[in-house]
Amino acid sequence: MASSIPAPALADAAAAPATPAAGTVRRRTTRLALTGAAFVLFLGAVAAAAPWLAPHDPTRQSLRARLGAPTLEAADGRAHVLGTDHLGRDVLSRVIYGSRVSLVVGLAAVVVGGLVGASLGLLAGFRGGFADTVIMTVADAQLAFPFILLAIGIIAVLGPSFPTLIVVIGLSGWVSYARVLRSQVLVLRSREFVDAILALGGSAGRVILRHILPNVLSTLVVIATLELARAIVLEATLSFLGLGVQPPTPSWGGMVHEGREYLDTAWWISTFPGIVLMLTSIVVSRTGDWLRDLLDPTLRGE
Amino acid sequence: MRGVLAFFGQRLLRALIALWLVSTVVFVVMRLSGDPVPLLLPPDAPRSEIFRVRAELGLDRPLPVQYATFLGNIARGDFGRSIHFREPAFRVVRGYLPATLELGLTAFALAVLVAVPVGVFSAVRRNSLLDHGAMGVALVGQSAPTFFIGILLILLISLKAGLLPTYGRGDWRHLVLPALTLGIFAMASIARLTRSAVLEVLRADYVRTARAKGLSERLVVAKHTLKNAALPIVTITGLQFGTLLGGAVVTETVFSWPGMGRLAIHSIYNRDYPVVQCAVFLSAVMFIVINFAIDLLYGFLDPRARPR
Repeated sequence: MASSIPAPALADAAAAPATPAAGTVRRRTTRLALTGAAFVLFLGAVAAAAPWLAPHDPTRQSLRARLGAPTLEAADGRAHVLGTDHLGRDVLSRVIYGSRVSLVVGLAAVVVGGLVGASLGLLAGFRGGFADTVIMTVADAQLAFPFILLAIGIIAVLGPSFPTLIVVIGLSGWVSYARVLRSQVLVLRSREFVDAILALGGSAGRVILRHILPNVLSTLVVIATLELARAIVLEATLSFLGLGVQPPTPSWGGMVHEGREYLDTAWWISTFPGIVLMLTSIVVSRTGDWLRDLLDPTLRGE
Repeated sequence: MRGVLAFFGQRLLRALIALWLVSTVVFVVMRLSGDPVPLLLPPDAPRSEIFRVRAELGLDRPLPVQYATFLGNIARGDFGRSIHFREPAFRVVRGYLPATLELGLTAFALAVLVAVPVGVFSAVRRNSLLDHGAMGVALVGQSAPTFFIGILLILLISLKAGLLPTYGRGDWRHLVLPALTLGIFAMASIARLTRSAVLEVLRADYVRTARAKGLSERLVVAKHTLKNAALPIVTITGLQFGTLLGGAVVTETVFSWPGMGRLAIHSIYNRDYPVVQCAVFLSAVMFIVINFAIDLLYGFLDPRARPR
C-alpha cells in the first residue's frame, strides 16, 4: 500500500475475484457492463427527449391539483401517474426533466475533472521535479479533508449557479485522473522508444497523443464512469441542501428536499425522484466496477 | 528508528500542508465573496461609519497583510464574530460540537460492530448465500445517496411504522435513525474491506500450514487469520471515521440534528460567514487530525508502510 488514503474513484478495493471458471465470469461481466451502459444511454435518451416524454409542463403550477396522490385517472387523459407536489406540479414530468440536470452537471463535472486531472497528471509525470512534488502534494492534501465541506463553503459564498456547481464538483474529482496518468507516464518515460522519439525530434505532444493516451484510455473510461456516479450524487446532495440547482428548475435532489415537509401526507413527492436517483447512482457505479473488471483488472486494488 | 521519524515527519508535513490549503481556500473564497461590511451595518449607515468598520476589520490593508493576519487569527482560534449570534464564531461552533460528536461516535460504533463480524463471516463462508446477500447490501449502501437513505428511513420507520421519532435530539431513540443513516456508508465499506483483508490472509502460506497440521478451522480463523487481518482493518476503519464526520452535515440536515453541520447550513442561509468558515475549518481539522493519527498508528504497527 503506497499511500494509505486511496483516491476517491478507486477507493474500494473490491472483493477478491470469484474464480469458478474465468470464461463464464468474463462473459457475465461483459453482459452486466453492457446492461449498465444501456441504462446510461437510456437515461441520456430520456433527458434529450424530455419535452416529448413528459406528460405535463414540469414547472406549471396548479392550486387545484396540489398534493394529488399517484393515479391513473385523469379528466383530460393525462393522468398524474406519480402524483403532484405541493404546488400542483406533475411529479413524473419533473423526474423526467430532472434527469437533464443530473446528466448535464454530472457529465460536465466529469469533463472538468478529467481535463484538469489529466493535464496535471501529464505535467507531473513529464516534468517531474518541483512541478511533480507540488501537484502530488496538493492531490494528497485534497484527499486529506472531506471535500463536501469545502464545496459547501465555496458555494455558500459564491452563490449557487450551474458553472460554480460544475467547477466545484469537477475539481473534487481530479486527483484520480492525475494519479493514473502520472504513473502511466512514469512507466513509459523509462522506455527506450520514448527516448528514441524525443531524440528524433518528436514532440512530447506526439508521445502523449500516440503512445500514452491509447494506453490509458480504458483506465480513463473506468475512472470517468465511477466519477460520473459520484458527481451525480454530489450534485443531488448539494441540491438537497439547497446549495445546488435552484427552484423552479427540477432536479432530483431538490425534489427530495421539497417533498421532505410533506413526507407524512404526500410521500410520493420525495420518494420517486429519490428512487430514480438511487437507481442511477447504483447502476452507474456498478457499471464502473464491471468495466474495471473487464478492461483493467489491475485497478481492482490489492 | 530513523525510518519511524522520517515517516512521522512526512505525514506531519502532509497534514500541515492540508491545513494550510484549507485555510488558504477559505481566505480566497472569503475575499471573492465581496465586502462583508454592508452586511454588518444598517443599510442607511453613513460613509464614515462604513470606513470606520472597514478599518476596524483590517479590510483597508494590503492583501498579503490581511492574509497573514487571517492565518495568525485562525491559529489562535479567532474566526471573527458571528453576525447572527453576536458572539465569537468559535464559541458558537464549539457549542454545537458535542451533538456532532455524539452522533458521529454512535454511528461509527454501530458501523464497526455490524461490519467487522459480517465481513469476517462473509470471508470465511465465501460464496455462501449470506456472503452474496451481505455484499449485495453493502454495494447498495456504498453507492446510495445518504440523504435519501435518511428520508426513506424516516418515511418507513418513523412515519409508516411509528417506531422512532422523526427528528431532533433527545433520548436514545432519537439517535437510532441518524446514526444508522450516517453509519451506513462506513458500514458498507468496512464490511467489504474486512472481507477482502480476511480473504487475503486466508490465502497466505502460514494459514495453509496451520490447516495442514490439522488445526480446526475455528482455530485457524481465530488465531492465525484474524490477528494478521487486524492491521488493514484497523486502518481502513480509522480512515472511515474521518469520512463519516465529514458526511455528518448531510445527515444532520435530514434529521434536524443540532450539530455543527446543520449549524453550517443554517448559517449559510443567514449569511453568517464567520460561523460557516469556522465550522468548515474545524471539521476539516478534525478530519486531518484523525487521518494523521491513523497514519502514525499504521506506521508504528507496520514497518512496510514507512518510506524507505
